[in-house]
Amino acid sequence: MASNNEQTNSHSHFPWSHVVGFGLSIVLTLLALWIGFYSGFSLTTIMVIVVGLALVQATIQLLMFMHITESEDSSVQVGTILYAVFIAVAVVAGTIWVMSFGMHYM
Amino acid sequence: MKLDEFFVTGDPLIYGADVSIALTLIGAIFALTYFKKWKWLWTEWLTTVDHKKLGIMYIIAAVLMLFRGGVDAMLMRAQLTVPDAGFLDANHYNEIFTTHGTIMIIFMAMPFLIGLINVVVPLQIGARDVAYPFLNAVSFWTFFMGAMLFNISFVIGGSPSAGWTSYVPLAGLELSPGVGQNYYLLGLQIAGIGTLLTGINFLVTILKMRVPSMKLMQMPIFTWSSLITMVIIIFAFPVLTVALALMTFDRLFGSHFFTMMDGGMPMLWANLFWIWGHPEVYIVILPAFGMFSEIISTFARKTLFGYKAMVYSMVVIAGLSFLVWVHHFFTMGAGGAVNSFFSITTMLIAVPTGVKIFNWLFTLYKGRIRFTTAMLWSLAFIPNFVIGGVTGVMLAMAAADYQYHNTYFLVAHFHYVLISGTVYACFAGLHFWYPKMFNHRLNERLGKWTFWIFVAGFNLCFFPMYFLGLAGMPRRVYTYGIGDGWMSLNVLATMGGVLMGIGFLILVYNIYYSFRYSPRETTGDPWDGRTLEWSTPAPVPHYNFAHLPEVKGHDAFWIMKEEIKQGKKPEKKPYKPIHMPSYSGVPVVMSVFFFIAGFGMVFSWNWMSILGLIGVLATMVIRSFDYDKGFYVSVEEIEEHEKTT
Repeated sequence: MASNNEQTNSHSHFPWSHVVGFGLSIVLTLLALWIGFYSGFSLTTIMVIVVGLALVQATIQLLMFMHITESEDSSVQVGTILYAVFIAVAVVAGTIWVMSFGMHYM
Repeated sequence: MKLDEFFVTGDPLIYGADVSIALTLIGAIFALTYFKKWKWLWTEWLTTVDHKKLGIMYIIAAVLMLFRGGVDAMLMRAQLTVPDAGFLDANHYNEIFTTHGTIMIIFMAMPFLIGLINVVVPLQIGARDVAYPFLNAVSFWTFFMGAMLFNISFVIGGSPSAGWTSYVPLAGLELSPGVGQNYYLLGLQIAGIGTLLTGINFLVTILKMRVPSMKLMQMPIFTWSSLITMVIIIFAFPVLTVALALMTFDRLFGSHFFTMMDGGMPMLWANLFWIWGHPEVYIVILPAFGMFSEIISTFARKTLFGYKAMVYSMVVIAGLSFLVWVHHFFTMGAGGAVNSFFSITTMLIAVPTGVKIFNWLFTLYKGRIRFTTAMLWSLAFIPNFVIGGVTGVMLAMAAADYQYHNTYFLVAHFHYVLISGTVYACFAGLHFWYPKMFNHRLNERLGKWTFWIFVAGFNLCFFPMYFLGLAGMPRRVYTYGIGDGWMSLNVLATMGGVLMGIGFLILVYNIYYSFRYSPRETTGDPWDGRTLEWSTPAPVPHYNFAHLPEVKGHDAFWIMKEEIKQGKKPEKKPYKPIHMPSYSGVPVVMSVFFFIAGFGMVFSWNWMSILGLIGVLATMVIRSFDYDKGFYVSVEEIEEHEKTT
């Protein structure tokens, strides 16, 4: 719509950052897959590396695709990121807790 | 695969369905050809990106699905009326309650609400369309194709029969070897794309497309409830997407995420399903709360009591809704600590909901109440929803839940919250905003007939189920013995079900009757409304607002009307050309390819799914090179429109 015109124009050059981000995401995913299947590290090491790679990839996504640096209003960004972190922690930690069948807490 | 395995055979009910589907299709094709409406259908509806038309199509699809899900419900009630009935066999009964649940939640409740959100929210915030009109069309068509893919299962290949929750190992390859479960996975996956896009689209629309003068705390409460709903959609639906994808891998490609053997975790499916599933119930209830708030405020002729409390309670619900999911499977035995934690969070979430109930009551207090049909639905909602909510708190107590779990007590509870919450709201909202969509009201007399018959039937149908549950009747049984003593209450429930069916038929007749005989709207403000959607003329021009309205507070249109009453004349401003998005055929074609890909995957026909996915990619590429930036509505055309309305 009308207000979007300027934005579309400023983006009309070739989207290199998207291509680089896309390539990096694929490389990081394949790397995680290789470490999981073929590296022969201990389970703990594999988990630490894979989670680390996931965090790197999340950062790439936020920077290259989600325009995190382009907003004028940083309070909205901080709010959404905090909420997203809350949901992620609730879902991941909650699932581990629930699926351990409370064995560590009995 | 042989032809008699491809088509479902052997059941007279299915043959009847085959015939009626064929007749409906032939009838539609004949009518479109005879009245030369194909081009009209394509240019006005199939390619539209107008939020009002997409909303109408959502609602039509939802009413069709309500019919389908309702027929499923009637078949179940017919089977359960008397002990040892032979109307349906066990497998057929399983298929029917599976499709009933899935269709009512995913393909009826959600699209009905999203349809009303589509029509109303842009008008309420003074916008001329949504932020991403093209994406909005993709949303609708992926939802529609997902729904159709799921729906054809009962005549082609066989329906899923593992319940709408599809717990493994029952839904796994060993115990559900047919294609039915694949329909569930692919249908929901494709429709889920649409829902997720809707979430993003309306979040951006509400935050960025409001008229500049409308502050966040001046937004109508329905818009607020939609905003919170969209936030929940964005965070909840990816979980469903992943869970469905993992089960699809298990069933089609031999992975072991949820299998019994090779390190799979069957209960992880239940866990992931409900991480999505619980927020999902708030996705279908929050917009309903928003609608009731608007309707009660309008027909009590008072500003909503406790607007801020309403907003904050919804924000709290959005947070808490992600912390309660285990209450759906307390009996899994996750341990005392886990169950206690989720028991307490579940009881906590009743608090903000209770706050809202009191806000509605205080809005009614000393109001000058008009008992329109929409208002009647809203008033009936309050006591019925409280019954559902209080029994929900009973279920929330983990220790007691071991007794109620998997009985009709639970069935009664969730029908009480979902029907008196979501379905009443859909009917109330339909009556309320019908003149905005179709330029005439629904007949009030027929509307009240529907209301009384449906509400009486609903309570007659589901209240006895609480007692059936307490008497030990388990859910999802296809029959019971005479010695169980459940017959009399089941007969009552069936009678209630029949009344609900009659109420629905009167509603359908009302739509036809009002189309024929209702007087056309002249003002665009039939209910003496309070929010901006009522400031648009009848019929609403495709650009919505010739001038962007100015918002001076909550209930913006009410303030405008008060100012005019006090003698303030609206100043005449010159029109400016309005920028609008172009229609596009890409969304519907893309979704057809999604359907083809999904159908291929259901039957593991790889050539077909690859073909479909190539089609999807191709339409995406076409869209990427589409430089159409929309068009401008000329000043002459605006003047023409504004003169006639």
